[in-house]
Amino acid sequence: MAHTGTHSQPVRSCLLLVVVSVCVQQVHGVWPLPQQLHQSADRGCLSPQRFSFTYGRDSAAQTGCSVLDAAFKRYFSIIFPDFTKGSENRLQYVWSEPQPFVVSVSVKTGGCDGYPDEDSDESYNLSVSEGQAVLRSVTVWGALRGLESFSQLVYQDDYGSYFINKTEIVDFPRFAFRGLLLDTSRHYLPLHAILKTLDAMAYSKFNVFHWHIVDDPSFPYQSRTFPDLSNKGAFHPFTHIYTQSDVMRVIEHARMRGIRVVPEFDSPGHTQSWGKGQPGLLTPCYKGGVPSGSFGPVDPTIDTTYKFMESLLKEVKFVFPDSYVHLGGDEVSFACWQSNPNVRKFMEKMGFGKDFTKLESFYMESIMNMTAALNRTSIVWQDVFDYHERIPQDTVLEIWKGEKYQAELSRMTQAGHRVLLSAPWYINHISYGQDWRNSYAVQPQNFSGTEEQKKLVIGGEVAMWGEYVDATNLTPRLWPRACAAAERLWSNEEKTLNADLAFPRLEEFRCELLRRGIQAEPLFVGHCKHEYDGL
Amino acid sequence: MYCLLKLAPLFLAVAVCNGWLFGDFVGKQKEQDEISLWPLPQKFQSSAVAFKLSPASFQIVHAKQSSAGPSCGLLENAFRRYFEYIFGDLKKSEKSRKKVYDSDLVELQVWVTSADPECDGFPSLQTDESYELSIDEPSAVLKAANVWGALRGLETFSQLVYEDYYGVNKINKTDISDFPRFAHRGILLDSSRHFLPLKVILANLEAMAMNKFNVFHWHIVDDQSFPYMSRTFPELSQKRKGAYHPFTHVYTPSDVKMVIEFARMRGIRVIPEFDTPGHTESWGNGIKDLLTPCYSGSSPSGTFGPVNPILNSSYDFMTQFFKEISTVFPDAYIHLGGDEVDFRCWESNPDIQKFMAQQGFGTDYSKLESFYIQRLLDIVAATKKGYMVWQEVFDNGVKLKDDTVVEVWMGNKMEEELQNVTRAGFTTILSAPWYLDYISYGQDWQHYYKVEPLSFPGTDAQKKLVIGGEACLWGEYVDATNLTPRLWPRASAVAERLWSDKSVTDVGNAYNRLVQHRCRMVKRGIPAEPLFVGHCRQEYKGL
Repeated sequence: MAHTGTHSQPVRSCLLLVVVSVCVQQVHGVWPLPQQLHQSADRGCLSPQRFSFTYGRDSAAQTGCSVLDAAFKRYFSIIFPDFTKGSENRLQYVWSEPQPFVVSVSVKTGGCDGYPDEDSDESYNLSVSEGQAVLRSVTVWGALRGLESFSQLVYQDDYGSYFINKTEIVDFPRFAFRGLLLDTSRHYLPLHAILKTLDAMAYSKFNVFHWHIVDDPSFPYQSRTFPDLSNKGAFHPFTHIYTQSDVMRVIEHARMRGIRVVPEFDSPGHTQSWGKGQPGLLTPCYKGGVPSGSFGPVDPTIDTTYKFMESLLKEVKFVFPDSYVHLGGDEVSFACWQSNPNVRKFMEKMGFGKDFTKLESFYMESIMNMTAALNRTSIVWQDVFDYHERIPQDTVLEIWKGEKYQAELSRMTQAGHRVLLSAPWYINHISYGQDWRNSYAVQPQNFSGTEEQKKLVIGGEVAMWGEYVDATNLTPRLWPRACAAAERLWSNEEKTLNADLAFPRLEEFRCELLRRGIQAEPLFVGHCKHEYDGL
Repeated sequence: MYCLLKLAPLFLAVAVCNGWLFGDFVGKQKEQDEISLWPLPQKFQSSAVAFKLSPASFQIVHAKQSSAGPSCGLLENAFRRYFEYIFGDLKKSEKSRKKVYDSDLVELQVWVTSADPECDGFPSLQTDESYELSIDEPSAVLKAANVWGALRGLETFSQLVYEDYYGVNKINKTDISDFPRFAHRGILLDSSRHFLPLKVILANLEAMAMNKFNVFHWHIVDDQSFPYMSRTFPELSQKRKGAYHPFTHVYTPSDVKMVIEFARMRGIRVIPEFDTPGHTESWGNGIKDLLTPCYSGSSPSGTFGPVNPILNSSYDFMTQFFKEISTVFPDAYIHLGGDEVDFRCWESNPDIQKFMAQQGFGTDYSKLESFYIQRLLDIVAATKKGYMVWQEVFDNGVKLKDDTVVEVWMGNKMEEELQNVTRAGFTTILSAPWYLDYISYGQDWQHYYKVEPLSFPGTDAQKKLVIGGEACLWGEYVDATNLTPRLWPRASAVAERLWSDKSVTDVGNAYNRLVQHRCRMVKRGIPAEPLFVGHCRQEYKGL
């Protein structure tokens, strides 16, 4: 019906409804739920012709601010989807001038050309009244979050008219680190799949893209220093790689949406694909006194390994602007090291006895120190903590093992480390039914520990590992399932514990995602006004 | 040079029989992967002799002896479709056409042998889908009794063509004699719990043809919505809460026609399901008094239950409604549902209680259900259609026509049910082990693949009554966003079980072929999800 009305009908009905607006209470939700949200039943009409974004007079950012200029353009189309789809001309036959509506955006600090980082202030205040909205934030990143909330407040009635209710929002994230992991090694993800994911992340206020870019199966990152890594280690050296310009595009696309890009170069395990382009890097496994021809983890006993890792990490620092680098360190199999006589000799020399976790720690400590020397903060998987007492204090630990993660949270924070939680959010694990409810029920700070300890939980990550996922099924598998964790990481837990209350809001949000072209799967039976029209 | 290998994959056939691979490209086994047949043909011989195919000169043509000719639109369309599958869209690759080379194989002759090729007909349960394919210089010959077998053969032919490392299309000298193990190989889609846009249905018919499925079981309406736009009773979809939306979430008569024709062109039957007396909540909005009013205490509660079986008006409605359905859908069968009838509402209704007493049913409401179904079956039988029903109808002892197909869907005691149904002499299809809407982490296709439909104890005559099976994708959690990758290639496992010989059970071998088959579907534009870690030469481009 929305698209078949006569030309004047929408506006007339809009004006009529303004008059009787008290009768029609239609409050629209925001996902993730803002910290403070007050909405009234009073609503105003928005007309795309008379709608504008402006910079507030006192704003540190003004026209020319790359991040916000682009955001205004983006959100205009998101707010008025019909306008850009060409059915706007009906509004030209209006018998009464529509009211103007101005969104005024003021930020305290500039930084339009910078990158979001761990201490970026994402808070914002949004006040929507008749004919205007005032959005105030400290940084442009906070302004982006506020624009997203604003866009979710606008809705269309059955005649296609746009409305927004009088609203006051005071909002800030509960956790500073709200990440999503994609794995581009087990299956190659075409660039457009990554960019689309970044779009959807911004809609849910995620702010870190954890790019698990390489692993055993393939090495799609085209290194400027070591081009053979992808030449020989990618699924295909031309069609299945990320060139430097691809990577730059991902970083810039993310920056525009206030999203950090944290790359993961996982070692010493999970490195089979590295060995193809970097001979001598991996440990040769032995069988009966002779090399078997297969290879294990990175060889931690030789200098060339550390020289290589240093060059690679230098490149990573140069290419990826974020202050964090993920160094992996998970699931190292010791069988190959054990089989290798040189490794055993090294163990003896170092006095490690038969404890290979010490060897792993030795390696990890070296590359963590390298990373620190490059002025970068390391993130490592929990294995490194589990095996190793002396970890540089500013290292961030990521919990991925599902069982007893609360106890792990206690231990790690007691040791004074900052922690990321992803164990309960491995959403590559699928099951029948509404499994988003499990993600939603997670309480990241519900473990035994002091207030100080709880503060060390800096956030969490949704992980979409790639064993069974590629461009064919990534998006519907991610969305809206990842939205559950997004709300847990952003919103006040007290106000968002009830999944049944969240359900209708999430249902509505998933339809909104569809409207924005994100192929988000259904939560349960039902329909959206605008169904997905792709395939 | 030749060796007979019925079940082994192609690369084995070549490697074992000849010990060398494709002359110029010795050792480059990978290109072999491009030819992985799915589902595996019944009889299959191949040699290492490879012929080049050039898009500039290769043709698919009617054989001189064929009873079908250029006026056979179905085959003409299929020729074009398979030409494009083999060579890609030529408009897009105009440039690469310039590097023309000669074809060793100049044509595929399609030879339809029956006097009536059935170009304008519809496939049926009795259709002979067998074909013979012989690939040799200078012409390949595909021989089939009718167009339906020819379609299956064209699919196989297209799967035999591979690209070598220089981008040259090649096909090996091959002989195939093929036929399906089961006659009914279906996919169920549910367009009620979520509306499925037409293009999703059509894309899945394409994918079905790639897997030699031949029945689209269209679970078109249910409790949640009634998207079928009826000519006789338009209010069913037009009234509030019939369809999700009366204009955007409906199948118009021309939509339905398009689905049927699109399916016909691919040798696929369309069997609609109008499930009653339960699963009918959405019907009630359009048809007054059709559903049973539920009572709370001594007054109507305002909610409604199954179809009201005690009113003549219910049967009058069904008579008219199924008269329409029998003309709209050409297939000889209609699925009448009959599953999961909830008796609580009937129990609450005093009029029904009275009727039960009158009929001497006591408190056994399954007798009332049978009473309804019996009358419905008579109504449908009068339209000259056969019917399919869910297993409950049989379990409740309803008198069924001899040609009724009973669909077994309950997972527990499945074998016992197959035994009982076939002992009673009814044909049956199996869907219980193939509810693909139930998802889990990992390679669940292997479970579907390992099912043996005839493993139940029974006589040979009983086993013959199992005419096939269906993979069901119920719609609670599925719509246009996720349907296709959720269905494919998981349903492909069912496709091979229903087409190929009983002895084709090697999961490892199936994995290797299925990996390639899923890449082939991706290449043809179907977003079939991955089986495991790896890649396709051409990844999915949509999104």
